Amino acid sequence: MDIHEYQAKEILSRFGVTVPSGGLAYSPEQAAYRARELGGNRWIVKAQVHAGGRGKAGGVKLCNSEHEIQDATNDMFGRKLVTHQTGPEGKGIYRVYVESAVDFNREIYLGFVLDRTSQRVMIVASSEGGMEIEDISANKPESIVRSTVEPAVGLQEFQAREIAFALGIPNSLTQQMVRTLQGCYRAFRELDATMVEINPLVITADNRILALDAKMTFDSNALFRHPQVSELRDKSQEDPREARAADRGLAYIGLTGNIGCIVNGAGLAMATMDTIKLAGGEPANFLDIGGGATPERVAKAFRLVMSDENVQAILVNIFAGINRCDWVAEGVVQALKANPVDVPVIVRLAGTNVEEGQKILAQSGLPIIRAGSLMEAAERAVGAWKNDQKQNTKMRAI
Amino acid sequence: MSIFLDRSSRVIVQGITGRMAQFHTQEMQAYGTNVVGGVVPGKGGETIFGVPVFDTVKQAVEATGADTSLVFVPPPFAADSIMEAADGGIRYCVCITDGIPAQDMIRVKRYMMRYPRERRMVLTGPNCAGTISPGKAMLGIMPGHIYLPGHVGIVGRSGTLGYEAAQQLKDRGIGVSTSVGIGGDPINGSSFRDILERFEADPETHVVCMIGEIGGPQEAEAAAYIQEHMTKPVIAYIAGLTAPKGRTMGHAGAIISAFGESASEKVEILTAAGVTVAENPSVIGETIARVMNRKAA
Repeated sequence: MDIHEYQAKEILSRFGVTVPSGGLAYSPEQAAYRARELGGNRWIVKAQVHAGGRGKAGGVKLCNSEHEIQDATNDMFGRKLVTHQTGPEGKGIYRVYVESAVDFNREIYLGFVLDRTSQRVMIVASSEGGMEIEDISANKPESIVRSTVEPAVGLQEFQAREIAFALGIPNSLTQQMVRTLQGCYRAFRELDATMVEINPLVITADNRILALDAKMTFDSNALFRHPQVSELRDKSQEDPREARAADRGLAYIGLTGNIGCIVNGAGLAMATMDTIKLAGGEPANFLDIGGGATPERVAKAFRLVMSDENVQAILVNIFAGINRCDWVAEGVVQALKANPVDVPVIVRLAGTNVEEGQKILAQSGLPIIRAGSLMEAAERAVGAWKNDQKQNTKMRAI
Repeated sequence: MSIFLDRSSRVIVQGITGRMAQFHTQEMQAYGTNVVGGVVPGKGGETIFGVPVFDTVKQAVEATGADTSLVFVPPPFAADSIMEAADGGIRYCVCITDGIPAQDMIRVKRYMMRYPRERRMVLTGPNCAGTISPGKAMLGIMPGHIYLPGHVGIVGRSGTLGYEAAQQLKDRGIGVSTSVGIGGDPINGSSFRDILERFEADPETHVVCMIGEIGGPQEAEAAAYIQEHMTKPVIAYIAGLTAPKGRTMGHAGAIISAFGESASEKVEILTAAGVTVAENPSVIGETIARVMNRKAA
């Protein structure tokens, strides 16, 4: 789960990381008021969206007067910010964060991630902050310092000092850097984060270490023990269909194609999408309804997939093991009778009692297109969709 | 003995009284798995499906001689149960639970390091379908009848995609020595490489089928191992060619976050290591049959 920059800064400051003073605003007037509260005469206004690359996309503005703040935020509120991380649809700006502008001499990159190779938390730091880590590793790989944390004892001071020295932090600031690193690690550890990123961490003109930006991602499997983190979820930053699916216990990801997929199991769901692509089509979504594939879940899945207007055919691919094919086929038939859909439906069942399952589908009176292998199912789905396009009318499958 | 299981494996089920665990314990018993007991704290002394329930793993091991465990405990408590199994003298443990916090798994992996290698429990999963050695024993939630006994070793992250492979093999009359689910989580008990090492040393396994997906470094590690150490042919399928970058595809670990973690990069790395990669999941069985025939010829 992602949170906003201002929320990450609030959390990290509780763990001893120094951040600029700032205030949150929900309107241009409030933004101007926040600036007055903060004092000074230079402020940074930052759009709060769950995506990186805000600066280049026009989501971060330097302002020299309250008037400029009003103008800048007028442009931001209600707009969709499109960055290289949001996809073409962008993410809505409903909150902005106003901070006092800071003069700094150096920018550092600091990241904490779950390293899957060492199966530990890894610190990644670079003296070349301000750039994205992908660009740093492409252009200045020698500037990157890595250190893994022994989980039983946590981040040791010597490790933090080693990082500070490797980054060339001035001696007078070593202790502050150690405190920053240990604060980030403790926040990561205690709140079950999967990523903490400060980019840039700066050395200010008045010789302080300050987190100018902050990003935190949390392990959704651990939210049960962090109600205060769950509260920070912002559904305005999520795809509405994905949010609805998640609330109903289905793993759904919307894509841009037009063949909807209903599959049991994450691996098989990805394989189904891939096969559609191989057959010359484009999948409209990833959807894993879980191993069981109960009739209720199948029905929910049909409603969810059909809520995507781009869907012009639906491919159901279920491997029924312990839940036999005949039982799954009954579920599909029930779901389609209760929620008629007006696009071709292709069903491919595999596993236990597959013949009985096929018979139930054939005798249902529904125009379900049946397929034996996954490749055949994908070809039929793509064929049905292309046929549909040719006729330029929607073939009523039901 | 197959790589982890045998008819003589003495199995306990941790969390045996849960609804799912009850169902699958009966399925495992019907398959012929030697289930000798269960562990549920506070329910020691009860009996279920003809086997005794114990409060602790240590008591269960002492009373039954159990050497193998299946963890069916809900996510908040699963890591604790795995560590209890490791400390209680269990040799092989499968954890089915989906949704264990990643940092709990980091702790589990660190905890297991306290035992010397020869006494260290082997863990597969979590978030997997389990392990089966057809005709011998089944430890997990898979439909046992889709596996014929034979000589193909299967290792994969995904449950249903593994079933797909087993069914395609069965349709061709080809059997499986052992099928191991390593699970879809980012931090798991055993990697592809760990299981490939076992298959390489296993006389019952002649060919290996490896089913990977996007995310993480383990397919690339496996490729390096295959190239340098494996004499047995490996067939692979990698799911997620159409998966967008930076999105979690159902499995917590199925997310492309670094170079080399996309499906096309993994296919390229494996192909370069001499692995035969099936282009689509419908031809996994066919590809294995072809490689086996070539080997026999």
